[in-house]
Amino acid sequence: MAESAQNSIRIEKHPILGDLQSTGEVTIYFEGKALKARAGEPIMSALVAAGVSIFRYTKKGLPRRMFCGIGRCTDCIMNVDGVPGVRTCVTEVREGMKIEKQIGNGIWQIQKEEEAGNEAQ
Amino acid sequence: MKPNSKPAVVIGAGPAGLCAAIELKKAGAPVILMDENAKPGGQLFKQIHKFFGSKEHKAGVRGFDIGNELLAESLQLGIDVRLNTEVVGIEKDQKVWAVENRTRSYVIDADRIIIATGATENALSFEGWTLPGVMTAGCAQTLINVHRVLPGHCVLMVGSGNVGVIVAYQLLQAGAEVAAVIEAAPNLGGYGVHTAKVRRAGVPFFTSTTVIKAEGKESVERAVIANVDSKFIPIAGTEKILDVDTICIAVGLTPSIELASLAGCGMMYVPELGGNMPIHNEYMQTTIETVYIAGDIAGVEEASTAMEEGRLAGIHAAWAMGYMTEQEMQSKTEKTRERLAALRQGIFGLKRLIAKERVIQRGIAQ
Amino acid sequence: MSEKISLKIDGAPSLEELQAAGMLPSVEELERKACVCIECIEEIPCNPCETSCSQNAISVGLPITNLPVIDREKCTACGLCIPACPGLAITIKSIQGDKARIRFPWEYLPMPNRGERVAMVDRMGEVRCEGLIISTQNIARNNRTAVVTAEFSKEFVQEIVSMRRLHEEL
Repeated sequence: MAESAQNSIRIEKHPILGDLQSTGEVTIYFEGKALKARAGEPIMSALVAAGVSIFRYTKKGLPRRMFCGIGRCTDCIMNVDGVPGVRTCVTEVREGMKIEKQIGNGIWQIQKEEEAGNEAQ
Repeated sequence: MKPNSKPAVVIGAGPAGLCAAIELKKAGAPVILMDENAKPGGQLFKQIHKFFGSKEHKAGVRGFDIGNELLAESLQLGIDVRLNTEVVGIEKDQKVWAVENRTRSYVIDADRIIIATGATENALSFEGWTLPGVMTAGCAQTLINVHRVLPGHCVLMVGSGNVGVIVAYQLLQAGAEVAAVIEAAPNLGGYGVHTAKVRRAGVPFFTSTTVIKAEGKESVERAVIANVDSKFIPIAGTEKILDVDTICIAVGLTPSIELASLAGCGMMYVPELGGNMPIHNEYMQTTIETVYIAGDIAGVEEASTAMEEGRLAGIHAAWAMGYMTEQEMQSKTEKTRERLAALRQGIFGLKRLIAKERVIQRGIAQ
Repeated sequence: MSEKISLKIDGAPSLEELQAAGMLPSVEELERKACVCIECIEEIPCNPCETSCSQNAISVGLPITNLPVIDREKCTACGLCIPACPGLAITIKSIQGDKARIRFPWEYLPMPNRGERVAMVDRMGEVRCEGLIISTQNIARNNRTAVVTAEFSKEFVQEIVSMRRLHEEL
């Protein structure tokens, strides 16, 4: 029934919201692969725009992506820059961010350099 | 009365919180408006459709334009808005514990507190509901209207209340296909004008129908729907398969009462308004006289009622803090109540009106 | 369609439901002059149709849940009400010779173009006939609700409410 049109995932034109304006580009890394994201958007939408359909697996190996989209359900959690359990729907992309699928509760990586706080601005 | 210098703290910068803060600031009261998100506006900015009501209710204005107006007004008034600030506790004597940017924590000694934390969408569990591709209608709405990205290409909408039907229409506007809107009850829930828009776009509605399974290898590829009987039990043999990659759940919202609960507010169960909610009186005060609620936390309704309730709370709090005369408070409250009452008229509003009266009676009796 | 269509079961009002609420002009009235059709049959608090009308031809009054009442003598078919209705429930129809015209609200992309041939749909979204786009209007005052004028065969005048969405080829 649906035409599989992967190139129309980003809504460039909209009858009410108008043409999509650029906010600047940010490069993030998903499982080592560089992806282009829009500055100011959360990780979740950058991944959805890139066609990522699975964000994590539960302990029992079941795939998950997102559910509430506004930071209340924790379905969308992923390992971000070495820290698991990060809600990707309310965490803004940052240049160079490294995002990995997590399995179960995920594994913490000990950061060598100190994080300058989560500037989710 | 000598005005107190302790601030009013408004928690949640959606339509209710914004309107409450604006009333307080206009009266000259010190007020701090907090929101856990990076941007204010709550769910208002996702509403790209024109609102109903009358001119004073901003009829014909799109939700996000109303949001921008409120934001502009709050900026012009110079309201202290603290974003990325989560309130994690409300302790005795109105001590509000806030965490900013997930790194810095501080406590504010508040004179009055207005909790405007909104509501959370309900989940519906069925076989396969955890598959990627199953999400709430609000999640889809956030993706398409805020983040400008499609959640998928062919959607099954579960639930025909206004949220489900409006989001179905918005999905069409965003370029997705909607395979169907299904409703477990024998009749559709949303406004007829909303369902009519979607129907003439070619989207079928199926009443007495529910989703029983989401199928797919590692994401939704198909949905299985079936008719239900009068007890909402699926009827064997009526299963139909729909080729969809997205299933949106629009089965109602429940007030987000965690902070009100922490603060010690008395609760009551009101199914017509979404479930457990804090008791409040006609001025939006909870069982704790210095703590107010407004918006969906005070019963799930709409953005228009949230704005008026926010005004009620802000006006009364401003008076209670000594920044407004009793006469002005009563006069403003009266006008706000009239506008609010107008929104609760008609076949859809009456149920909410009766439920709200019940809550207020409990609140007055406290 | 012999099946009874109900607003609360199929999502769209049936012709019978609309006529019972006095919302639709007769074919005779449509042949006499352009007539506004307000397919609003539920009492919800809403009155922009009344406040937008340049001729005071639409009455809602108080309470604002009243269904709109149309004074067809006063109505000049100016069309201001079409984009004003938040429910997108208003159209203006007319009949000239063997053709009917409809002016309807449109909030999708792509916009149709003047001279384009499109598919006209009824309340259930079924294609009933072909239509010719006469004009489109999308001015700032209408707050992003475009108004499209299409011409089609007059035998479908009571059924047609809109056009089928156009799909841009990828």
